[in-house]
Amino acid sequence: MARQHGMYKLATLLLVAATLAVGACGSKPPKPSTAAPTESNPGASTEGANAANAADRSLGSQEEIGGPQAGQLATRIVYFDFDSAVIKGEGVDVVAAHAKYLSANPQQRVRLEGNTDERGSREYNIGLGDRRAQSVRRALLLQGVSEGQITTVSYGEERPADPGHDEGAWAKNRRVEIVYLTPAGQAPPKP
Amino acid sequence: MRTQPTLNSKRRWLVPSLVLALGVGAAAGPAAHAALQIEITSGVRDPIPIAIVPFAPAAGAEPGLDVAGVVQHDLEGSGRFKALPRERMPATPTRPEAINAADWKGAGSDYVVVGRVASIENGALAVDFDLVNTLTGVRLATQRFAGPPGALRNAAHRVSDAVYQKILGVRGAFATRIAYVSVDGTAPAQHYQLIVADADGENPHLILDSRFPIMSPAWSPDGQWLAYVSFESKLSGVYVQLVRTGERRLVSARAGINGAPAWSPDGRKLALTLGGSNGNPDIYILDLATQNLTRITDDPAIDTEPEWAPDGRTLYFTSDRAGSPQIYQVSASGGHPKRITFEGNYNARPRVSADGSELAMVTLDGANYRIAVQDLSSGAVRVLSHGRLDESPSFAPNGATLIYSQREGARGSLAAISVDGLTGLRLKAQQGVICDPAWGPFGT
Repeated sequence: MARQHGMYKLATLLLVAATLAVGACGSKPPKPSTAAPTESNPGASTEGANAANAADRSLGSQEEIGGPQAGQLATRIVYFDFDSAVIKGEGVDVVAAHAKYLSANPQQRVRLEGNTDERGSREYNIGLGDRRAQSVRRALLLQGVSEGQITTVSYGEERPADPGHDEGAWAKNRRVEIVYLTPAGQAPPKP
Repeated sequence: MRTQPTLNSKRRWLVPSLVLALGVGAAAGPAAHAALQIEITSGVRDPIPIAIVPFAPAAGAEPGLDVAGVVQHDLEGSGRFKALPRERMPATPTRPEAINAADWKGAGSDYVVVGRVASIENGALAVDFDLVNTLTGVRLATQRFAGPPGALRNAAHRVSDAVYQKILGVRGAFATRIAYVSVDGTAPAQHYQLIVADADGENPHLILDSRFPIMSPAWSPDGQWLAYVSFESKLSGVYVQLVRTGERRLVSARAGINGAPAWSPDGRKLALTLGGSNGNPDIYILDLATQNLTRITDDPAIDTEPEWAPDGRTLYFTSDRAGSPQIYQVSASGGHPKRITFEGNYNARPRVSADGSELAMVTLDGANYRIAVQDLSSGAVRVLSHGRLDESPSFAPNGATLIYSQREGARGSLAAISVDGLTGLRLKAQQGVICDPAWGPFGT
């Protein structure tokens, strides 16, 4: 095994195409194909799909607001252990504070964003991040928040809070973020 | 038995410092965007010696793409060939009748490729090539690939495909494309791009640009469409997009997870992971024409990452229903899933070779996530990759190579490895992270 790895290193050669070096093109983004959609011009013909899904989703505006800031409500992140969706330690109090606020303010809405560290398979991590978001959702529901106040999403390993690649960074990335949204019945804020 | 492929330590031959890219693309001009660099990380013991003589340019035309350089780059990049350096070529014939087989045999080449670019009607270009066996003097192939001037690089890849097939008996996958995701910037200000490029990383084109994650690109069987997951609405949605025009359609934006799209072999359906507002991701099949949705799995565990068997009758998927993620197989009409993987406690993200004989996956090997291949008839597992955080394996359409993503510190690159584990190469972005590769089908 060790010998094989040493050999592997020996065999590592850098072979760079002349243009790749000369052109130094990596700093430029690739040329857009004629009609690449962007956020401002999504270019999607979505009517059919939206109609099909609208009843199911009915999730309301996803515009973010600052939300409450008093005391523990300023804390918006709940952390998790490796391969776990169990709310622990300070997270229990954070979730309780938001549950209390949300149940007293039923027009207030949140999006729970589940996240994982970078290890393992991407789509499976979407599942793990979702499990964390669901864990916080269930805790909120048990403490009196209503279903219509909560949307969940899992970003899996795709949106790390800490770009590092060690246990310290991973611990910060295994999290659920509580994001306050435009309250029900209000128009989203103008950009 | 889980084994690492090993080389014969006495007789091993590793690719020496090959000047692979000899002028490849230098001729493509300053307008060419080259997002990726190629590095060969290991090679086979006995690569086949071949000479690819510079092709005659089209008469009266400006010197264009170095077609022979592209062919050389392709063949050497496969790890199966070793090309004769140009300065050691005994002559520079461009027609087969001008080849003196004995001279080339003397220079150590078993095969010689010669060729010509010609202007034909309506401004099109034709690439003609001949492949000669220097040991027997027999001409093994003579073929023409024609197209608009902009398709010259593609024609060069088709020459590579034909040479590879004639000599190795397996169709080459050089004239194919890959899709991948590029992530720039640091958290929380990342920028995500979905890109389609030639299989050698050249010719990158932007498919989608977003401040929110893009994931899981999947090619339609005809190579015209990509399905992918985009979080551009801040929630997940599955889109299908026509690569050529950018026209796209949102096909699933239900509550909870919308993920892991996989096209059925007939191109009419997508297998998906849907979570619903209560979580609990399960596998569904969406009929793209009727939008009918059929639930395939129903289990409180995470069921995700569906992959169709080539015959379209069954699906492979990842599930942690037994406590840790393992791969299961289920009928495409539903029913009781059968567990497929039994080694180790983390096997995920199944991908099946085009002939249905092998399953590639991400496996936890000690403390490292690596790419493994399981023989579906014997159950034998081979760990192929050597990284720490290897992910997202995708088979080349000829089943000879897998592309996957790997991490080295803050850099994420794509790597390719032959399914025998002997040849590795790396496609590296000059900045940021590239990940989530999907190798497209053969062109038509």
